[in-house]
Amino acid sequence: MDVDFRKNYFELLGMPLTFHLDTALLDRHYRELQAQVHPDRFSHSSDAERRLSMQWSTYVNEAYQTLKHPLSRARYVLQMNGVDTAEESNTAMSTDFLMRQMEWREGIMEARAAQDAEALEHQAAKLRSEQREMVDHLTRLLDREKKFSQAAEFVRMLKFLEKLGEDINQALEALEAQ
Amino acid sequence: MALLQIAEPGLSTAPHQHRLAVGIDLGTTNSLVATVRSGISVVLNDADGHPLLPSVVRYQADYRVQTGYPAQAMQSIDPHNTIVSVKRFMGRGVKDIPDAAQSPYGFVDAPGMVQLSTAAGVKSPVEVSAELLKVLRERAEHSLGGELVGAVITVPAYFDDAQRQATKDAARLAGLNVLRLLNEPTAAAVAYGLDNAAEGVYAVYDLGGGTFDISILRLARGVFEVLATNGDSALGGDDFDQRIFCWILEQAKLAPLNAYDTRLLLTKAREAKEWLSDQLDAKITAVLSDGVTVDLSLSSDTFSAITQGLVNKTLQPTRKALRDAGLTPEDVKGVVMVGGATRMPQIQHAVGEFFKSEPLNNLDPDKVVALGAAIQANVLAGNRSGDDLLLLDVIPLSLGIETMGGLVEKILPRNSTIPVARAQEFTTFKDGQTAMSIHVVQGERELVSDCRSLAKFDLRGIPPLVAGAARIRVTFQVDADGLLSVTARERSTGVETTVEVKPSYGLMDDEITRMLQESRSHAQDDKEARALRENQVESERLLEAIQSALSEDGDRLLERAERQRIEAGMAALRETMAVGNAAAIKDGMEALNRLTEPFAARRMDSSVHTALAGHKISELE
Repeated sequence: MDVDFRKNYFELLGMPLTFHLDTALLDRHYRELQAQVHPDRFSHSSDAERRLSMQWSTYVNEAYQTLKHPLSRARYVLQMNGVDTAEESNTAMSTDFLMRQMEWREGIMEARAAQDAEALEHQAAKLRSEQREMVDHLTRLLDREKKFSQAAEFVRMLKFLEKLGEDINQALEALEAQ
Repeated sequence: MALLQIAEPGLSTAPHQHRLAVGIDLGTTNSLVATVRSGISVVLNDADGHPLLPSVVRYQADYRVQTGYPAQAMQSIDPHNTIVSVKRFMGRGVKDIPDAAQSPYGFVDAPGMVQLSTAAGVKSPVEVSAELLKVLRERAEHSLGGELVGAVITVPAYFDDAQRQATKDAARLAGLNVLRLLNEPTAAAVAYGLDNAAEGVYAVYDLGGGTFDISILRLARGVFEVLATNGDSALGGDDFDQRIFCWILEQAKLAPLNAYDTRLLLTKAREAKEWLSDQLDAKITAVLSDGVTVDLSLSSDTFSAITQGLVNKTLQPTRKALRDAGLTPEDVKGVVMVGGATRMPQIQHAVGEFFKSEPLNNLDPDKVVALGAAIQANVLAGNRSGDDLLLLDVIPLSLGIETMGGLVEKILPRNSTIPVARAQEFTTFKDGQTAMSIHVVQGERELVSDCRSLAKFDLRGIPPLVAGAARIRVTFQVDADGLLSVTARERSTGVETTVEVKPSYGLMDDEITRMLQESRSHAQDDKEARALRENQVESERLLEAIQSALSEDGDRLLERAERQRIEAGMAALRETMAVGNAAAIKDGMEALNRLTEPFAARRMDSSVHTALAGHKISELE
């Protein structure tokens, strides 16, 4: 017996289907829904109910994680509109963005070589503000202008920025481990 | 005055009976058992009034086993056969044990997990732990006056799959029904949070005898949501003892010691550590077996200095956890201190400084984990509606599989909320390849050799195709206990091959049976009798569950004929139970489970709709 996957993640979590979303409301709905379906609620139930609860709870977690993070949420909205973000195959980026990419990488490498945690934290803060800007662009492109192929490019760029964030975190971890 | 409930004549009162359930903190140094009594979580003491059971087991040549205080008293006299801190060996191989050479134990290398050679034969850490769990189970049954429905057993949040599975196996061996494996910091958060009506983001800093965990949780209206967890499953109070021990060797210029003297000085080191919790100086005196006298004084400042590195080692995972949660120390409202080792002033000081807030010490750090586990056990046993308590936990380490070149492809990232499932597709490397080796690993590093290997299995029967054409879908599923199962399926040609593995270090059923038989002097309790008893208990549980589902929702969700079919199925199972054949009962249970599947699905849908209907109302507020 399988869970009814016909509901999309927005419907499941009782959220309007827009990229911009009230995260406090999403958090609350998520907790309310888990309170109904979580395996802890069914520990003394029949096997059939326990299995279903596990499936539902897994599904609700997946939906929540997808909607919670802007990158996966944007990807999901595009997917619902039949647009593939082609992150693996399409690596074409604007020259301007590629130049900035290189600057970021150099900045991280230098800070890493100099073992300068403060510089890394500074880079991380700059990165966060750049990510916020991209999210604003995505809100405009996805919710208002419905320019999906342009939005897909922003998703690919946002993914690049996310990877940079991971690099910064790794560099910081390496410094702390010393 | 509250009105008392009286059942209708002829109806069973069973669903409303208080089910006996306990929470067990199986600690490195001490273990405890707690239960909820009249709505309050309490630790159950032994006959002498001790709440703690020292996690020490001594095996004697006559096969008698000593546990707790009597065993602890013998640890210097009989160091080879007296196992302390066995938790450090759970799910671990010989090469994982850093100070194996210094340890008094005879380690036996065995596939999956190290074994210990004792006067009573070779023992697995699972068996040693089971001895402790057995004592706690008996203590609880004696104190509560009945058989336990089940137990919640706590594990360090940073325990990997092997360590969790070993813990679950130990509980089975001790005859306990495991309701849930619960992460220690989460258990502590429950006890603290409910006691103080806490709301907001909290950290739990849990430094036990042998393990360190840091968890960041968000507490909101009875929901305990773990945002991130990190730690070190080989760092604890024992390491602080070890540092003092090394300091003694250095100061007293001692030559390498025998097992007796090692144990003696380690005990002295532990006593000095405890003394320094609220004193400025500790005297360390001992007479070694060769007559040499040790007479030293350790100041609290020196103690701080020689353990500075260990304290810093706890802050590293703390930073990582905060970063994973996307938070800074300032976002944390309070830090709950757990584990006896947090009594050390240098720990209190370092944590206070890091989070820039006074650590929260208002619950006994030795008991808080067991108290929280008991609350969860009470909910899982069905003793309270549970509507006001929900724990959402995460996996501590990423899970992935080996790909070409010995690299790890992560399938489930660390800090994923459980239960969780994710599938990823892989393909063949060579033309005509018909089998694929799937190697499941756990850890954060990119190279397989730097991660922990959990399981290896082969998927056979892949149709011979050109390289890269086959589609093999590998699915990882982690359940609410944090335990993993992996499925692989070839789907390019519609021919499906499914393999399901439980990682290899888990004990096989017949191994458990063998250990059970060995542990019982009266061997009349054979396999069939045990299976029969287990299936009967399980059937009773199933019948009770369906009965209560029927009385809740039967009228609303079932047609008359459907209900009659389910009731007939229940009657059939009751008849089978009376006959007393284990296999037949198992078949009967499966049949009844299948019969009730549509009803279960309708109940679940109805729950989800209720939650969604609630949304619409709350949105109007």
